[in-house]
Amino acid sequence: MTRQFGASIKRNEDARLLAGRAQFVDDVELPGMLHAAFVRSPHAHARIVSVDASAALARRGVVAVYSAQDLGDYWRPGPVIVPPPPVEGAVFNERTQVPLAKGKARHVGEPVALVIASSRYIAEDAAAEVAIEWEPLPVAADLEHAAAPGAPRVHDDLPDNVAARVRQTKGDYAAAAKRAHRVVKRRFAYDHGCAQPMETRGVVAQWDARAERLTVWDTTQAPIAIRNGLAAMLGLSERQVRVVAPFIGGGFGPKIMLFYPDEVLIPWAAMKVGRPVKWIEDRAEHFFATTHERGQVHDAEIAVDGDGRILGVKDVFLHDTGAYDPYGLTVPINSQCTLLGPYVVPSYDSTFTAIFTNKPIVTPYRGAGRQHGVFVIERLLDVAARELGIDRAEIRRRNLIPTDAFPYDNEIIYQDFTRLGYDSGDYAPMLAKALDMIGYERFVREEQPRLRARGQCVGIGVVCYVEGTGIGPYEGAKVQVQTSGKVSLLTGIGTQGQGHFTSFAQIVADQLGVAVADVEVITGDTDQFYWGAGTFASRGAVVAGNAVNEAGLAVRKKILRVAAEHFECAEVDLEIADGRVSIAGVPGRSIPLGELAVLANPMRGAVAPGTEPGLEATSYFGPESGATASGVHAMIVEVDPETMIPTIRKYAVVHDCGTVINPMIVAGQVLGGVAQGIGNAFYEQLAFDSEGQLLNATLADYLLPTALDVPRIELGHTVTPSPLNPLGIKGVGEAGAIPVGPLFAQALEDALDLPARGKELNEIPLSPCRLWELAGSPK
Amino acid sequence: MSDDRARLTTTVNGTRYERDVEARMLLADFIRHDLGLTGTHVGCEHGVCGACTILVDGVPVRSCLMFAAQANGCALTTVEGLAPAPDRLHPLQEAFRDAHGLQCGFCTPGILMTMKAFLAENANPSEAEIREALSGNLCRCTGYQHIVDAVKLAAERTR
Repeated sequence: MTRQFGASIKRNEDARLLAGRAQFVDDVELPGMLHAAFVRSPHAHARIVSVDASAALARRGVVAVYSAQDLGDYWRPGPVIVPPPPVEGAVFNERTQVPLAKGKARHVGEPVALVIASSRYIAEDAAAEVAIEWEPLPVAADLEHAAAPGAPRVHDDLPDNVAARVRQTKGDYAAAAKRAHRVVKRRFAYDHGCAQPMETRGVVAQWDARAERLTVWDTTQAPIAIRNGLAAMLGLSERQVRVVAPFIGGGFGPKIMLFYPDEVLIPWAAMKVGRPVKWIEDRAEHFFATTHERGQVHDAEIAVDGDGRILGVKDVFLHDTGAYDPYGLTVPINSQCTLLGPYVVPSYDSTFTAIFTNKPIVTPYRGAGRQHGVFVIERLLDVAARELGIDRAEIRRRNLIPTDAFPYDNEIIYQDFTRLGYDSGDYAPMLAKALDMIGYERFVREEQPRLRARGQCVGIGVVCYVEGTGIGPYEGAKVQVQTSGKVSLLTGIGTQGQGHFTSFAQIVADQLGVAVADVEVITGDTDQFYWGAGTFASRGAVVAGNAVNEAGLAVRKKILRVAAEHFECAEVDLEIADGRVSIAGVPGRSIPLGELAVLANPMRGAVAPGTEPGLEATSYFGPESGATASGVHAMIVEVDPETMIPTIRKYAVVHDCGTVINPMIVAGQVLGGVAQGIGNAFYEQLAFDSEGQLLNATLADYLLPTALDVPRIELGHTVTPSPLNPLGIKGVGEAGAIPVGPLFAQALEDALDLPARGKELNEIPLSPCRLWELAGSPK
Repeated sequence: MSDDRARLTTTVNGTRYERDVEARMLLADFIRHDLGLTGTHVGCEHGVCGACTILVDGVPVRSCLMFAAQANGCALTTVEGLAPAPDRLHPLQEAFRDAHGLQCGFCTPGILMTMKAFLAENANPSEAEIREALSGNLCRCTGYQHIVDAVKLAAERTR
C-alpha cells in the first residue's frame, strides 16, 4: 500500500457536506423546542434605569423573559480564559463579560434580556416589546481617546481605562540606539476586523429531567471547556453534561470565548422552562455578539547600523480590548512577540497598554495580534532600507536568523508562558525562493521601469514572518479497531473545516494498514472523548496529530501482539497491510483486523493481568512549547491612479509548516488565510463613530473578499521538521493571514512611488478611499 | 384563510408539498424547518452571502429574500436534489471533492446551486467567467482558488 501520510488524499467529510447531510448546530430540531432572541443595548454606554417585560410576556407564544435580576446567583462575570503571563511588573485588571447587563451596558449589542418563545419570529416580536429605560452615559469609543486622561470610564471601579500594561525587554535598547548609525521612528496604526465565518454562532440546549442529563449543541471551538464550565455553573457533574460541536461553519478564533453570554444562558433557560431551547445568532447580531479583533497604535523605532543590520527595536503601543478582557493578554502579547519575526534583533524594549473601550470584546481572530507586530517590524525595515539606500529584499536577507542558530532564544515570554524560542527553521532559502517565484530582480530592473514609462502604477513587495503555533497544554486521541475491521479515531479537538476527519485518519491509516476512508474520525463530542483544550493557535495537527500518532502506534503494537499469539509466531514476522495481518512470506496465513478485534475481546476466559480487552489505545500529547512556522509572501500590484483600486498581478507564498500530512489541505489553509489577509489589508474595517455605534454592521457594508478580489496564488514550500514533536509538524492555520498587511502597504507604496513624494503608508486597512487620502493625486 | 397565513403548493426536489404557512415566513426557513431540508444554509439573511441559494424553476434565488408564500406553484431544487442517488454525488459535487473546493462546507450548498445554473448556461467557462459567476457567493475559508478549480474540473468532465 502506498503511503497515505503526506499525500493529497480527498477528504472523508466531503460527501456529507456536499450532499447537504452534515449536521450544523442550526440543523438540530427537537420535539417541543422553543426559540430564543436577545434584547440588546442600543447604546455603547448607558445606565439601565428599568426593564419592563410585561408587554412582551403578554404576547401569545412567549414563554419567558429574563433580565439580569431574574438570574439570581447564576448571574456572575465569566472566567478569565487565559491569565496574564508571569512577566515582572505586569498590570492586569480583570473585568470579564456578564450574562446579561446589570446596572449599565458597556457596548452596543450587549445583551440585556432574553426572550423565550414558540418560534424565533415571535421571540423577535416580543424582544422589540421589552421596554428598557436608558440613561445614556459619555462614551469611550476611540482607542486613543479612551486612553487619555479624563476619558469616560468603562468600569466605574477603575481609576482609568487601563486593562493591562506589560513591558518586556531583551538586551539594552538605549545603548543600541546610542551607537546606531541611524534610528528610524514611526507611528503605525493597524486595524484587524472581525472573523465573519459564514455560519454565525448558535446554541441549542436540551435538559432531560428523567435522565438528569443536559445536552448542548454549540458552535464552539472548545466543547470540552464548555462542558466543564457549564457543569460547574449549573451545579451538575461533568458526566451529566454533553456538549456537541458538530460541523461548524468556520471558526477563525472568535468561536472560542468561554463563555459567551448565550452559552451560559441558553442551557440555563432550557432547564428553567423544561423544554429544549435554540438560539441562532443572526448576521446583524454577529457584528456585536461575537468578538472582534480590531486595532492597535504603535510608536515604534528601529536602530540599525550602516549595513542595515538591526541593533534594536523599541515599541510602545496601545491595544483596544473592548469593554471586557476575558482573553487576558493573548492578542497584545502575540503582537509584542511576533514583531521580532525571523530576524536577529539583539535588543528589544516593548511596552503595551491594553485599554477598555465601549465596544465589543476583542479576542483572537486568525493571526491573533501577530499581524499587528509583523506590520510594525516590516514597515520599519522598509523605511530603514530606503534611508540607507539598501534594497528591501536585501535588508531582510541581511537580518534573517542564520540557519545554524536554531534553536533560537528570543528571551521574552510568549502567550503560552514559555520563553519565546524558535525550535527550527531555515529562512534564507525561503526568501530566495519567494523572490524567484515573484521574479523580483527582473521586475525591479526591467518590468517596473518599462511599465512606469507607460504610465502604469505597478509595485512589488516582499515580507517575512514567523508564527508561533501548536502550543500546549495537550490533546488526546483514542484509536480503536472495530470488529468490522474499520478504525475509529476519537479526539476532543473539534473541527471548523480544517479537514480533521482526513488528516488525523491519514496518520493512523498507514500504521494500521487501512485506507483513510476506513478510519472514522469523531471529534467535538464530549461524550466520545473526555479530555482536551480546543481548536486554536494553529495547534490541531501539531498537538492532537501527535496524540493520534502515539495512540495509533500503541494500537499497532496490540495488533501485533494479539496476531503473534494467534499465529504462534514472532511479531517481527508479521506485516500489517490492506486491513489484514499476515505472516510475511507465507501465503494464506493472514487474518482480517476485524477478526483480530474479536479475538482481542473474548467471550470466555480471562483478560490477563496488565492487559486490556480490544485493540484500542488512548494517548495524550503536550509539547513543551510551540513549534514556530515561518513564511515569505511576495506580491506585484497595480493601482489605478484614478480610482486607487489595486489589482494584484501576482502573489507568491513560500511557507514552512514542518512535516505536511496532506498537502492539499495545507494549500487550502494557506489560500484561505491569504484571502482573509487581503480583506484585512484592503477594506475590512469596523467603522465605529464617536458614540460607539458600528456604522457598517451588514455584509453589504462590511465587505468580505469575493472571488473577484482574491487572485490566483502561487504556493511554494520548504520543510524544516519541528524537533518538538515526533511527527515534526508545525501549525499552518493562521499563517496565510498574517503578513498580508505590510505586503500590501509596501507594494502599494512602491506602485504609487510614494516615498519620492515624501509619503508613506503606515496603516491598515488601505481602502481605495483611504489610499486616496494618504497618497493624494499621483499627477 | 386569515391575512397572515397563506396556502402554499410547491414541488421540492420532485416531491409535491401542500402547506399552510405564516405569510411572513421566509422561504429559507420553510425549506429548512418545515420541510427539514437543512442542506440549505442561512448565512446572512440579507441577500449578500448566497449560502441559501436554491433553484426556483431552474433559476438561482436567495431563499432568504423570498417569502415561502411566493414559491406557490414553483418547482424548487435544493442541494439535497443534486445527487442522482443517496450513495452517489453529482459531477459538480465530485469535482468539489476532488479539487478541495470546500473546507467548512457551510457556503458550499449555495455555491453548488449557483454553479449548477451557471454551467447550464455556460458549459465552457473561462476562469474570469467562473469568478464573475461566483462573486455573489461568499466563502470565508477557501480563498476561492480551489472552488474555481473545482468548477473548471466539473465543466471539463461534463463536456
